This record gives sequence, C-alpha cells and structure tokens, in this order.
Amino acid sequence: MRTPIFLLICLVIAGAAFVAAVAFNNDYVFFAGYVVMQYMVLSTAWNILGGYCGYVNFGTAGFFGLGAYSTVAFHRFYPLPIPILLIFGGVVSGIVGFGMGYLTLRLRGAFFAIATLALAVVLETLVVNWDYVGGSRGAYIVRPEVAPLIGNYVRYLFLIMLLLAVAAITVARLIERSRLGYGFATIRDDEQAAEASGVPTLRLKLIATTISGALMGMAGAPFPYYIGYLQPSSTFGFDYAVNAIAMPLIGGTTSWVGPVIGTLLLASLQQIATVTISSAVNLLIVGCLLVGFVIVAPEGIIGLVHRYIRHKPAGLVGRSRIAADAPGPAP
Amino acid sequence: MIFSFDLLINAIVSGILIGGFYAAVTAGVSLSFGILDIVNIAHPAFIILGSYIAYIVNADFGFDPILTSIIMAPAFYVLGAGIYQIYYVSFEKRGQESLRGLAFFFGLLFITEVTLILFFGVDYRYVNAPYIGPTWHFGAIDIPLRIMVPCVVSLLLIAVLQLLLTKSFVGRAIMAVAQDQLALQLMAVNPVRIKRIAFGISIATASLAGAFLIIIQPVEPSVGREYIGRVFAICVLGGMGSLPGTLVAAMLIGIVESLTSTFYGPSWAPAVSFGFLLLTLAVRPAGLLGR
Amino acid sequence: MNWLLDVKDLGKRFGGFVALENISLAVRAGERVGLIGPNGSGKSTLVNCICGTLRNEAGSVRFDGHLLHRSVAHQRTRLGLARTFQLPRPFASLSLIDNMRIPLIYTVAARGAVHSARDIEARSFELLREVGLDNKAQRLPRDLTQVEMRKLELARAMAAEPKLLIADESMAGLTHSEVEDLLALLKRLNEQGVTIILIEHIMRAVMSFSQRLVVLVSGRKIADGEPDEVVHNPDVERAYLGQ
Repeated sequence: MRTPIFLLICLVIAGAAFVAAVAFNNDYVFFAGYVVMQYMVLSTAWNILGGYCGYVNFGTAGFFGLGAYSTVAFHRFYPLPIPILLIFGGVVSGIVGFGMGYLTLRLRGAFFAIATLALAVVLETLVVNWDYVGGSRGAYIVRPEVAPLIGNYVRYLFLIMLLLAVAAITVARLIERSRLGYGFATIRDDEQAAEASGVPTLRLKLIATTISGALMGMAGAPFPYYIGYLQPSSTFGFDYAVNAIAMPLIGGTTSWVGPVIGTLLLASLQQIATVTISSAVNLLIVGCLLVGFVIVAPEGIIGLVHRYIRHKPAGLVGRSRIAADAPGPAP
Repeated sequence: MIFSFDLLINAIVSGILIGGFYAAVTAGVSLSFGILDIVNIAHPAFIILGSYIAYIVNADFGFDPILTSIIMAPAFYVLGAGIYQIYYVSFEKRGQESLRGLAFFFGLLFITEVTLILFFGVDYRYVNAPYIGPTWHFGAIDIPLRIMVPCVVSLLLIAVLQLLLTKSFVGRAIMAVAQDQLALQLMAVNPVRIKRIAFGISIATASLAGAFLIIIQPVEPSVGREYIGRVFAICVLGGMGSLPGTLVAAMLIGIVESLTSTFYGPSWAPAVSFGFLLLTLAVRPAGLLGR
Repeated sequence: MNWLLDVKDLGKRFGGFVALENISLAVRAGERVGLIGPNGSGKSTLVNCICGTLRNEAGSVRFDGHLLHRSVAHQRTRLGLARTFQLPRPFASLSLIDNMRIPLIYTVAARGAVHSARDIEARSFELLREVGLDNKAQRLPRDLTQVEMRKLELARAMAAEPKLLIADESMAGLTHSEVEDLLALLKRLNEQGVTIILIEHIMRAVMSFSQRLVVLVSGRKIADGEPDEVVHNPDVERAYLGQ
C-alpha cells in the first residue's frame, strides 16, 4: 500500500474515532482517549529506536517531560497555539535525543540504556531547580475556555493527539519500508556486519534517536494543557517509561503494527483498571505482562499470530541452532 | 554563598562516609554488570527490598537491621541465582539479552517497586538502632554514627568480596568467566554455574546495602530510582568490575555530591552522578581505573 | 610498484598483550594471497585492523591509493574493501534476498552508481543464483546449513562489488566437495578481477588456491612468498610442528 493511501485510511479511522467519541457526548471519553493516543505516540516513537534498531531507551519520561516543560516555558514567555508548541517540544527533545545518542551510541548498547535511565532523573532535577517553570512546586497552566475550530477544549486536545498518533504511525511505517528501515534492521541484527556491508551505523542510530526523541517530546507538548497543573515528579514518572517499553514488546517490535496493537490493548486495559481497581494495581499488571511476554512470547502478539497462521513451529529450527552457538556448557 | 572552611571539611568527611556506603550499593552491580556483563538495572529495587525486610524485622522484633540483612543474605543469594537461571534460559541462551533481557530487568524493577507500594504505601519508613542518633564530634568535624556504621560495614563487605574474588577458586573462576569461557570449559568448570553463583552473590550484597540505606535515610519504594544512575555511574567510573576501582569512584562521587548539596543545595545532587556518567562515557569509556 | 593494499609496520595491542607487531603486507591488484597461521596468531586481528573494525596503534594501511587512517569500517567498504567473517554473521531477521540488498543499497548505490529498487532486486537475485541459493531467496538465514551460511556470507561480501575481498573462512567441518565448491566460487570471483586474500586453516585448500602465501605466528609475519617455498621454510615448519 502506498503511503498516501495508508495515511488516508488512518485519517478516516481517526475521523471515525473522533465522531464516535463525540456521539458518546461524555467528556471522560475524550480524557481517556487522549491518554490512549498519547501512549500510541510514545510507544511508536520508542519502537523506532528500540524495535527497529534494538537500542533500549528507558528515558521516555525524560523526553516526554522535556516536551511538556518546553510548552510551560514557551507558554510563560508568550502563549502560542498548541500545534506550534508541539513543534517546539519536538525540536527540543530531538536535540536532546541527538546529543545523548552522540555521547553514548559509540559504545555498547547497554551504556545507552543506562544513560537514558539516568537522563530522566537529571532532567527532573533541572526542572525542580528551575523556578521559571515552577520548580518543585509545579506549574499551573490556565486552559483557554474556547478552543479554535471546535470549541470544546478537551475535544480539541484529543483531536490533536489523534492526529499526532496518525503522524507517528505513518512515519514509523514509512521508515520501516524505506532503505533507512533496512539499515535499522541490520543494526539490530549485527552492527559489525552492518558496517562491513557499508551501513553507516552511527549516523543511522543518531537519526533514530533524534526522530524517536522528537516524537516523544511532541507527545508531551500538549500535556500541560491536558493536566492543568504540571508537577515534575508525575511528569517525569516511571509509568511513561515502562508503558512505552511494554506496549511495543507485548505487541511485537519488528513492525509498526506491534506498538499499535500493544497500546490499544494495554492502554485500554489500564483505563478500565484505573477506574475499576486502582492505579497501582494496573501498573503491576503492566509490569507482569511485560516480564511474562519477554520470557514466553519474545516476538509479541504479532509473533504469536504469525505462528498460528503458519501452523508450523516457526523459529524452532533456528532457535535450537542459536542455542547451540551460544556460550554455555558444551552439550 | 559564604565560603566556610568547617562546612567544606564536613562536606568532604560526610562525602567519604557516604561514598563507603555507595561502594556497597555498587558492589553488586560491579559484579553483575562489570564482570558478568548482565545489565541488572533492577539492582536498586532489590536494595529497597532489603531495606523493607530490615524495616519489617526491626519494627516487629526490634532486631538490628545489619544483623537481619546478614541473616537474609543467603535468601537473597537464592533469589539471585533463581533470577539468573530465568535470565539465562530465556535470554542469554537465545542471544536476546540486549533488548528483551534489559526489558526483563526493567519489568522486575517495576514489579518490585509497585508491589512494595501496594503493601506499604508511599510513606517513608525508618528503623531504630542504638547507633542512629548519636554523633561523634572531633573539633569542627561531625561524624554521625548512622552513616559511620554502614560505611565501616561496607568497607568490610568490599574487603570480603575482594578476598573472595582474588583468593578463592570460585572467585577466580568468576573473574575468568568474563575473559575466557573456553578456558573455563577446559578446566571442567561450567560457566553458567559460575555466573549463577556470581549473580547470586551480587544480589546477596543488595540485602546488606538495603539495610545500610534504611539506616542512613528513611526509605520509600521509589527511592531506588535515584540510585540507578548513581550505581552505574560509579561502576563505569570505577572501571567496570574492579572492586578497588568501585570504592575509589564511590568516594569520589560521594564527595562531589556532598559538596554540591552543601554549596548548591541538595536538590542538585542527583544530577552529579549523571554528569559524571556522561563525562566518563564521552571522554574515557574505560573508567578512571580502567583495565 | 603499484599496490592495491599496502600495509606498513602495523601494530596492535590489547592492554599489555601484543597482538600484532610490525606487520607489512602488500598485495597487487588481481592477486590471490593465502594468509595462514596457528590459532591466535593474529590473523583475524589483522583483518579487523585492515577493515576498520579495530583501530591499529602503529603503522598505516593504504588501499587503492587512499590512506585509511581515520576512516571507519563502512567507509572502507565503500572504497572497495569487503570481507567475510570467520563465523558467518548474516542479518538474522532479514530474508536472504534482503541480506543481499543491504550492501547494494548502502555500498553500491551509495557510491553513486544509480540503482533503482528494481535493479537492486534483480542484482540481489542474481547474486543468490551465483552461489546457488536462489531457491531460498525468501527464507531466513536460520534455515540454512553450515555451507549455505558460508555461501551467503560470501555472496553478501560480493554484493558490495569489492576490489579486494578478504575471505576470513572456516571450512573445517565441510566435506571435500563443499570446500571445492567454495574455492571455485572464489576463483571465479578472482577471474572477474577481484583481488582475494584467503584466510583458512585447511592447508590443502589454501595451497591449491593461493599464488602467494603469508604466514603469521604470534603476531609477526615470518614468511611471505611462493606457496611451495613457504611451506618448506624452516621457520614455518617449526611454528607448525612446535604448536
């Protein structure tokens, strides 16, 4: 399917979702829908680096928070419309993603993962100590009464996030099918062999961290308007990091479909669990699902479906050979 | 900001003491990440688990937290060995440790933290012991015993680990596992078994580190996160897997953090270790005392 | 004399361990050179230094008139320096035909030769046919046998259209006819103008392939010349019998 057609279909689906939400005529649907779409962007963005290139980013919350706080900073300077703030948030996070990648991606992948983990803590520290954006007290953002185009502000935010999700998915799919996507896959499989085949691995990884970071920042940019009161500890919360990892891994990491499936499943589950049980329990569910899936179904739901369709134990042959090559006791 | 000599000396002394404690916190990671190449980012979560066990036993029976943690260390060892077995079968053997193995530990970190929150809430917990409270004074220098005692026991722990690694057969096998698996197999030593033992020991240190932590400061489940950046910064700075290097790096980070929080305010301290980590990775990836 | 590859006084150490010391090696365009040496003699390290996977501390590598000083591995591949790995390292998640596409996209097309998606597809298939894997084009590398894996590795290196191919082979465990197969493939490539350095343990294979033989022992070059002379060189005999 060509990209314009794909984009059109996505937009139609998004439009239908929006119309359906309007038909419900309940603002809670928009609040919940916003969160689901926000995770759609985050997990798709995570997957561009994590799934395609095999580099684990634990710092989703850092990039997300960066986007949110750049909105606060710019808002205090001059109240701009959200789409422009979205771009600012994306640029700021993209630059940070690039810088961090440049410092750590020349080393083994583990260092990148650890650095991202610490990044969220440091960005939080910076924000806590930055009074201009509210410091540790947090910042209030007064949401305008009326939104452009459609009036109701929550609906407006939902619409923006919906469109951003469509954009993120389209970008991910475009990458996957381009030469860039092939390059990313070789990085995931074997970096030295990739270099030997002429793949400029460092440059490709930097492209991935920049795109991924920028999308995460864009997902965070409208957040202050959504939440109204922005606090460092919740904005840089671990929930974002664990969800952004769990959703693609549960759905399947090798294609754009995985994060979409994982997000729809997990985010909806969480929205229901938060209402019916408690928010701590739903995070526990996410953690257990993540661990369970990586152990039992490493290819995620997509892998399970593929296996079911093929009716043959795909991977069994290959896996046993890999096991034989792995370091360990001689058989 | 008025510069004060007393303040400076006290900041350095408390940095050294805290550094000793950081060394105990990092020792486990130096073993797992530095030597075995297992990126156990859940290590701080196991430390918090250790803190809570020390807390429960202390609150219910008035037992000394450090003694509790030493008694609990074998249980942590078993836990660690079990986790390594799962990790080995599910990831290392399949060659998937980089992406899914990391996610596995991240999931463990999360599960541990949320479970603790479910049982104990997010209130700060603390322990009681005779050495919590009194402070020794040497002229202008204050040495609070609640930091002094963990520091001393930490140093003992590091010494014991170092002896174990350099003098015992198992220890030398652990050091060898990182370098040459083939040679180990020729010696009829099963590398998987050695790694299991090493990982068990690494988690066992978390029991003690957890007790130290809750003696030094009140603990709530998410405190562990602050330590993730710190322990890996110390581990990398210390040259990945060298215990003496870890000790030096831990003291260095302790002192710099202490100076930072004395002269710039405690809210800046968490950024110190990350700054060090990035600097080390960018300038000298082999660490200060790199091999 | 105009050399295609000119390695001068190359040195590499890992910590205190000297892996390579003062290695000089020059290869003419079109030559077939065999590189042998006992296990741990530094053959793979030398390949890694030439190809940019490792950085040498001392000496220089000149290839096709370019001084490969600071260039990283993929830049060297683009200059026309391809290699295989001793243990085949295919891109495990990509089908065989996609494995061929990577060097075509990132090396051949990146050199500026115009390649449409269709050209790349056709060329990928052709490469697989040359090594006899065209019937498995859509399969994943894990479905291959050991010898097929070697062929895939070779085909991928060939896809980069190199001037010099360093074949770090390991044919141990293959049957006689499988070894002959691989050697025939390399010879055909050589006849098309590709210079080849073959690294292999099986002496029979190296002897029948090489026009010139280079021997590495403990990180030093101890012999370089006609294969028949080299194998009767007392230093070489000592190194091989003494191990």
